[in-house]
Amino acid sequence: MNPANELLHDITNSEYRHGFETQVSQEFFPKGLNEEIVRMISERKQEPEWLLEFRLEAFRKWQKMKMPNWAHLRIPEIDYQDIIYFAAPKQPKTEGEIDPELMKTFDKLGIPLDERKALSGMAVDAVFDSVSVKTTFRESLAEKGIIFCSFSEAVRDYPELVRKYLASVVPVGDNFFSALNSAVFSDGSFCYIPKGVRCPMELSSYFRINARGTGQFERTLIVADEGSYVSYLEGCTAPQRDENQLHAAVVEIVVLADAEVKYSTVQNWYPGDSEGRGGIFNFVTKRGICKGNNSRLFWTQVETGSAITWKYPSTILRGDNSVSEFYSVAVTNHHQQADTGTKMIHLGKNTRSRIISKGISAGRSENSYRGLVRVSKNAENARNYSQCDSLLLGDRCGAHTFPFIQSDNPSAVIEHEATTSKISDEQLFYCRQRGISEENAVGLIVNGYAKEVINQLPMEFAVEAQKLLQVSLEGSVG
Amino acid sequence: MLRINDLHASIGDKEILKGINLTVRPGEVHAIMGPNGSGKSTLSAVLAGKDTFTVTSGEVRYQDEDLLALSPEERSWRGIFLGFQYPTEIPGVTNVNFMKTALNEHRKYQGLPPITAAEFLKLMRQKMEIVEMDPAFSSRGVNVGFSGGEKKRNEIFQMAMLEPKLAILDETDSGLDVDALRIVATGVNRLKRPDNATLVITHYQRLLDYIVPDVVHILYKGRIIKTAGKELALEVEQRGYDWLIKEL
Repeated sequence: MNPANELLHDITNSEYRHGFETQVSQEFFPKGLNEEIVRMISERKQEPEWLLEFRLEAFRKWQKMKMPNWAHLRIPEIDYQDIIYFAAPKQPKTEGEIDPELMKTFDKLGIPLDERKALSGMAVDAVFDSVSVKTTFRESLAEKGIIFCSFSEAVRDYPELVRKYLASVVPVGDNFFSALNSAVFSDGSFCYIPKGVRCPMELSSYFRINARGTGQFERTLIVADEGSYVSYLEGCTAPQRDENQLHAAVVEIVVLADAEVKYSTVQNWYPGDSEGRGGIFNFVTKRGICKGNNSRLFWTQVETGSAITWKYPSTILRGDNSVSEFYSVAVTNHHQQADTGTKMIHLGKNTRSRIISKGISAGRSENSYRGLVRVSKNAENARNYSQCDSLLLGDRCGAHTFPFIQSDNPSAVIEHEATTSKISDEQLFYCRQRGISEENAVGLIVNGYAKEVINQLPMEFAVEAQKLLQVSLEGSVG
Repeated sequence: MLRINDLHASIGDKEILKGINLTVRPGEVHAIMGPNGSGKSTLSAVLAGKDTFTVTSGEVRYQDEDLLALSPEERSWRGIFLGFQYPTEIPGVTNVNFMKTALNEHRKYQGLPPITAAEFLKLMRQKMEIVEMDPAFSSRGVNVGFSGGEKKRNEIFQMAMLEPKLAILDETDSGLDVDALRIVATGVNRLKRPDNATLVITHYQRLLDYIVPDVVHILYKGRIIKTAGKELALEVEQRGYDWLIKEL
């Protein structure tokens, strides 16, 4: 690269702060996907027979399925035989020790794995490519009976719990990507909060893609037993590369009677450069069930990353009087595409849901909200309120809203509001006249617009998310 | 402080300013009057750096710098303040947040650290008193749902916060009742110092009863056709603009 191009490259890519690559010796499975690879993953993880069968069944289903094409996305052809399905940093000689390079990586990402340096009040399960590197504060949480560990360890240590709940919310054949994930998932996080326990710290999963040519397929399973409470956070980043990488995760959440789960995501996968080269393809299935009466599930997501986002965190409101809320900010810039939203399925009586979705589009990006509110025949007195706002920066981007409402019970009350607005030249000039530079003005206006959602995040995350919104929109005006 | 030499500016291919000459010294108050469409608001927008207008020729020196080479925010940092005729609403951004961001950008330019939250709130309370603004406004969105008078008071409050060297007030009196006019004008007078200057752009004389100018200019069809002392404003009030135009 000549110096001028290099400079240009630096400038256009300066906005993504997590684009570095960790030099660590890694083990890879051969490229491609077939039954042999599925068996290798299962064997490598020394899984019980039932889980291997689970994977093989998923793989067979997946082979018969087609990639969904109903979203408002232009998805380039993905060659599933050109992906490495398992990549793991080589284990140091002694058990339980972590490669210092990995420690440094997570330090750099602001997620120290050393408990002495860790953020107070937050336990982390750190996933690097296909494996969980470390789960902090496991022991202190265990004192309260809380299980928080990598998915692989859960399979080994709590097989009956995993078997009971795995795929109970997202069935294997639910969709193309959940089937793919079920066949090849390599690790992820598992969390169980026992009856009546209020989890004393925030639990979180941090997903890092590092290796070239690989995909990341992790699963998260959260079970909140009766009367328990947990707040769960998820963060993710990846190096900056010209190639596209696939991320297809499954998150399942089971909320039993009188329990409450808050699930927050700050998604910051590498979005590709300003010309649309590279970036993560993020195809994720997240679903929770409010299984027991009076259970509550709250989703908050701040989506700034990925070249393509396809994601609809959803709730099945089965228990009577159960409540679910979905708060989302999705930012797209340059050539990013996002098709995201939620599904609220009301089955129980007196169930309530609320959807607040804020889309922000800039550059040449496309940003869609897609939502479904369904009230079944037996869901007496169900209530839903949805609000979908779109904010446009510039005139080359797109914002779209696809709300679906389906009510089979006449007692249901469903409200839907939608707005579309633009940051006007007048607003920008007004800010600049007061000395607020253009970039800061955009940041200020966007953060004001997204405040209702950001305020739902735990404090430390809210500050991060605010900065992230501004950084994601750098270079979007002028 | 400000020297405008033969300034021409247009929007599209329509020339609006056709050779403006104007000099403002520290401590002075200048009034620019003129009938509708004479270019008063264009002049203030060009001085503040709005890019809707293209400067086709001429020069503006401000404190020995080429003003036209600076971005709107750079002009703001150097002490130029524009009180807007129609202040823009910014939903979702509170007055506190807006003002704090603006003030801190000014402080950064001056090499000062960001203001502390406590200092800022104290300062804000003091300055709000100048225009008799209800402190409840500080947590509301910038100009959102403000009445015409409240918007104008907010402009003068912002001016008080930023302590500009050259304040340009574009038809600050429009849409104000007598009480609001008095409050706004009193605010402006209280901010007057020997080292700062004010450019009052107005259609009517009544604002000049409160803010007394040292010099009055009459702008007509993009040119200043007459410059005199404060008595000129009174004369215009009584006789209108026609006699001036006939003199041309």
